[in-house]
Amino acid sequence: MTKEPFNEMRDGGGAVRELYRGVQDWLDRTPSDVMALKREETELLYRKSGITFAVYGEGGGTERIIPFDVIPRLVSAREWELISRGLNQRVRALNMFLCDVYGEQRALDEGIIDPSLVLLNDAYEPQMQGLRVPGGVYTHIAGIDLVRVGPDEFYVLEDNVRTPSGVSYMLENREMVMRLFPDLFRSYSVRPVDHYPEELLSTLVSVAPPAAEGDVTTVVLTPGRYNSAYYEHSFLADEMGVDLVEGQDLFVADNIVYMRTTQGPKRIDVIYRRIDDPYIDPLAFNPDSVLGVPGIMTAYRAGNVVLANAVGAGIADDKSVYTYVPDLIRFYLSEEPILNNVPTYRCAEPDGLAFTLDNLKDLVVKEVHGSGGYGMLVGPAATKDEIAAYAERLRADPDRFIAQPTLALSTVPTFVESGVAPRHVDLRPFILVGSETKIVPGGLTRVALEEGSLVVNSSQGGGTKDTWVLNE
Amino acid sequence: MLSRTADNLFWMSRYIERAENLARLLEVGHRLSIMPASADGSEWASTLAIAGCTDAFDREYETVGAQNVIEFIGIRNDNPYSIPSCLENARSNGRAVRVSLTTAMWQSLNSTWLELHSRRHSAESGAGILDYLDWIKDRSTQFVGATTSTMLRSDAYFFVMMGMLLERADNTARLLDVKYHLLLPEYEDVGGTLDFYQWSALLRAVTANRAYHNLYRGALQPWRIAEMLILRAEVPRSLLSCLVGLTEYLERLSDMYGERKECLRMAKALHADLAYQPAEDIFQRGLHEFLTDFIQRNDRLGRQIQRDYLD
Repeated sequence: MTKEPFNEMRDGGGAVRELYRGVQDWLDRTPSDVMALKREETELLYRKSGITFAVYGEGGGTERIIPFDVIPRLVSAREWELISRGLNQRVRALNMFLCDVYGEQRALDEGIIDPSLVLLNDAYEPQMQGLRVPGGVYTHIAGIDLVRVGPDEFYVLEDNVRTPSGVSYMLENREMVMRLFPDLFRSYSVRPVDHYPEELLSTLVSVAPPAAEGDVTTVVLTPGRYNSAYYEHSFLADEMGVDLVEGQDLFVADNIVYMRTTQGPKRIDVIYRRIDDPYIDPLAFNPDSVLGVPGIMTAYRAGNVVLANAVGAGIADDKSVYTYVPDLIRFYLSEEPILNNVPTYRCAEPDGLAFTLDNLKDLVVKEVHGSGGYGMLVGPAATKDEIAAYAERLRADPDRFIAQPTLALSTVPTFVESGVAPRHVDLRPFILVGSETKIVPGGLTRVALEEGSLVVNSSQGGGTKDTWVLNE
Repeated sequence: MLSRTADNLFWMSRYIERAENLARLLEVGHRLSIMPASADGSEWASTLAIAGCTDAFDREYETVGAQNVIEFIGIRNDNPYSIPSCLENARSNGRAVRVSLTTAMWQSLNSTWLELHSRRHSAESGAGILDYLDWIKDRSTQFVGATTSTMLRSDAYFFVMMGMLLERADNTARLLDVKYHLLLPEYEDVGGTLDFYQWSALLRAVTANRAYHNLYRGALQPWRIAEMLILRAEVPRSLLSCLVGLTEYLERLSDMYGERKECLRMAKALHADLAYQPAEDIFQRGLHEFLTDFIQRNDRLGRQIQRDYLD
């Protein structure tokens, strides 16, 4: 299955693609000492905001800064058109699925997806059953992770429809590049991303509960300053011009959520919450949670407040449900999926199991409910004994596993020790769903800085890049 | 605004003000301890009393002396009454409401904290405690300057200023109370060189030595010092001046919110009691009793502000 990864800058013969000519010219014409200086400046600027990161995070100055690579990643207008249409379609289907799961359950009745896979899933939230949310929107903010393997071949690696993070990097990275390399920026016609906070706010306001009177009061709910994404929470609240609240700032009376202000209680209509479901209400879920707001679920069920994203949305980004998303797109929209899943073999099905067992040395096998790489087999990197042992586990309980080919993630030019070299990347665009669906042209490009590495996670040495979506 | 935000702003400036007051106290202690007539170390005992940490100190140290007190209040960060603890608390409160501060305020707060470690270190290694204390005062002045010159005059600003003024009034009252026996009217038996040093040190502790000469144009008279630090609205650290400010900010807050709270009434009552009270009455009633009463009322005012706006 493994083939040569798609190089976004150069074609098979090594020639620079049309799209990247400007970048190549800029790399050629900028003397290496100037470039070194600029990169040092980046380092300094980020350390300065890195102080800010550390300041918001725990302790003093120990928190890491996520490495930033100055060479932008380019996406042509044509490519973006494809991506954004595909994202729009996929997120529409995911929302319809959530509406369906917590409503009529047609997809379950009609055998599109195995009911036990949904209803017995930890991510399924029984308290949401039968509850209608405004506009039928469950995932107001979605982050879909894409990988590219060919000129027009994009795969969806993962859906994130609970509390996707990283959008602040999209905005900060753009600021950084515009400041450091205005000439390069000017030489391309780059579509802006900095209206994201406005779009986010209007999206949130558009799904306010019908009972909201006058101006809709929106807040961002954070677990607090010790959360690793606290910087992003305060950044977004600040950019939207709304209050950043913690659980202790809110209380519920007569099924209405209020925030404590210096002028007394103020009614809240929409909560962009960055607290996970289990912690949001100690009365409804984890009783030990001190982060949440007691009674907020009753207010939510009474329709007096909107939570974004909706409680229980996680059932749509569960790994076992992921394999059904193309079917769900066909079922709800009667359309063919524009963006494909990474080919996935369900070991629960006899064909999938047989294929997986025959090809273990080339596949990545994952537990459907696992996360963080736990219990995973990476075939090409495993020993014979490991493969044999894993095969035993597979045969014993095939329902728990899925298998995927090892993907050749595309590469883009990146500054490394030895100069500029291709490194593997993925892309997380952010999709906003309210009364309409909006996608700010761009996203978070994550890059694996180690040569040959496919791991883009920041926790494992991954960095970020600015992503330029171009006009025609 | 969020009550928690207001609370953080209020306490941020209280802690900054407290750090500055502690620095002044230590400076005065240091000054007196090198005077010819200071053998008994009573200066350091009263420093601990003013800072309110005599008991905590006694639990850790055998003797009350310059080195120990300076270390306890000035250097250590495991003592909640110390300057480093105050600055840490100020920054922690500021950090929680980062977006409500102006860039200038945040940078002031943050760079103070970042530099504190090395400053403490050099002060500890004997590079001069006075330089260190000067630095603390400079940083506080700089923060107040950044606040008054960059912050929008809205409720957030009022809470910052009220925290500062409440803390300042408390400090001045405590300072006077610990020294009240030196400030008795002229018919009492006082005098001697030591007292003169003490009075002048007291004025220095509130940077009012120049102001005294400007207002009274004469030799230091203890009861005048007391009158000045209690009743003269022109003196920025006097009790009356602090209450003028507190009343003003509470008034503006009430106007802005369109609602008058109990704390405004309390502040006005305290203000009126100071403004219309002749100095003689205070002395007749007893300076110590007056100050004890003031400290309690000021404290109650702080708690009422807390109840009315911050909880």
